[in-house]
Amino acid sequence: MRKLGEAKVAELYGNLFEMYEKITGDNPYKTPMMIYPAIHYTMGGLWVDYNLETNIPGLFALGECNFSDHGANRLGASALMQGLADGYFVIPYTVGIFLSNEIRTPKFNPDGPEFKATEKAVDDRLKALMNVKGNESVENFHRRLGRIMWDYCGMARNAEGLNKALGLIRELREEFHKNVFVPGSDRDFNPELEKAYRVADFMEMGELMVMDALDRNESCGGHFREEYTVDNEALRNDEEYAYVAAWEWTDTNTPPTLHKEPLKFENVELKTRSYK
Amino acid sequence: MSAMKLTLHIWRQRHANDTGTFETHVVDANEHMSFLEMLDVLNQTLIEQKKEPVAFEHDCREGICGACSMVINGRPHGPLGGTTACQLHMRHFQNGDHIWVEPFRAKAFPVIRDLVVDRGSFDRIIQAGGFVSVNTGAAVDGNTIPIEKDLASQSMDAAACIGCGACVAACPNGSAMLFTAAKASHLGLLPQGEVENARRVQAMVHQHDKEGFGRCSNTYACEAECPKEISVSNIARLNRWYLKSSLTSNV
Repeated sequence: MRKLGEAKVAELYGNLFEMYEKITGDNPYKTPMMIYPAIHYTMGGLWVDYNLETNIPGLFALGECNFSDHGANRLGASALMQGLADGYFVIPYTVGIFLSNEIRTPKFNPDGPEFKATEKAVDDRLKALMNVKGNESVENFHRRLGRIMWDYCGMARNAEGLNKALGLIRELREEFHKNVFVPGSDRDFNPELEKAYRVADFMEMGELMVMDALDRNESCGGHFREEYTVDNEALRNDEEYAYVAAWEWTDTNTPPTLHKEPLKFENVELKTRSYK
Repeated sequence: MSAMKLTLHIWRQRHANDTGTFETHVVDANEHMSFLEMLDVLNQTLIEQKKEPVAFEHDCREGICGACSMVINGRPHGPLGGTTACQLHMRHFQNGDHIWVEPFRAKAFPVIRDLVVDRGSFDRIIQAGGFVSVNTGAAVDGNTIPIEKDLASQSMDAAACIGCGACVAACPNGSAMLFTAAKASHLGLLPQGEVENARRVQAMVHQHDKEGFGRCSNTYACEAECPKEISVSNIARLNRWYLKSSLTSNV
């Protein structure tokens, strides 16, 4: 501010300063900003091949929902970068490859058995959530899950905490399916039912994140394991962990299968990143 | 943190064909909450009483997605200028206030439930605009098409539109001209979007009328209520482009 002056700072970051003022009621041009660390983003996403196709043929995943561009770290403005790169430069070419092989596939019959079975599966799941008729709101479960993740799978984690989190999430999931209360009906527009459906997914997702964090015995990028440090800096283990972990889901009661995709570097040498 | 007791008169409507009515609730809030967080507290209380919560739309809660849409005390997004409902904090209200909360009301925005309206008409206006021709393949060097700063800034300002629909809710004619003008301007001002400009302008304006939005009569209510402070000069630009393209386009 002293160096550039208020006008120049406003031109560059005016929208952020305005946003800050709206939230806090303080003028950031005059008073120092109050900041604290928080989780903004989690690395990873759906597994895709180089054509951005998932392991379900014909289902493509673009942008930050896939795992393709972000490694152990994710940097600023990357949401735009990945959305634009996938949308402009990859998918216009690769969807066509899939579609060109589909030209002989006859039109699907929405009354066919596959459609009916899927419709029934979704409907059963919705009805199951409606019929729990318990005493605790979806929001409470979401917050309790968030608290477990924040406490034990946050910016710094260790094996003891992660193991504890696994147990807590499993207990919470059981309790959720016995005691959640979803108001309204499954035949109306019902945002609480949609949220319950998502929180049920978050339980599985949270458990997977904890399992993955537990499996990786090193500190790397956003994954900082308290046991693996040297002089308080992250200690990677490239011998054993220079791979991308792709977890294959089977069903809720079976542990996911780990597929390792090795990271090979031909032109760069792996080095420790030090902030000192 | 100072606590507040507020009386909310909030619109409840089960579906588009329901008559709908105001329902009164007293809610305990505090000055640090955003308006949506205050509604979260109300909903949590309703759910604990085994009642149905108030349906409202929200996503980013940082003023950039355009999902939150509600009329607060007669004004889209509430009393502050240049602010979305999610960025409106309770310190701008007084303890004991009565607050009236309604959905955006317009013919082209049918109510889905309570405060949630169907803004699919906006998507169809954008879709009508069609594609922008760009050569794919090897990326063009960034400096091959120089764009002066003023033009880039005007386009960026138009691109700030988050498509929330406050302009429509504010307009006595239920017109979406500010939205349509912002979307047309942000593409048409730049050389990349200039190629299809005539066709795009014609198609978007026709779609706007087809969706049942009203005509613009320059009341400027849209500009006053726009949370992104989009200027009505965009409408003037769209009018010029529309006239020009009417004389030259095949559409």
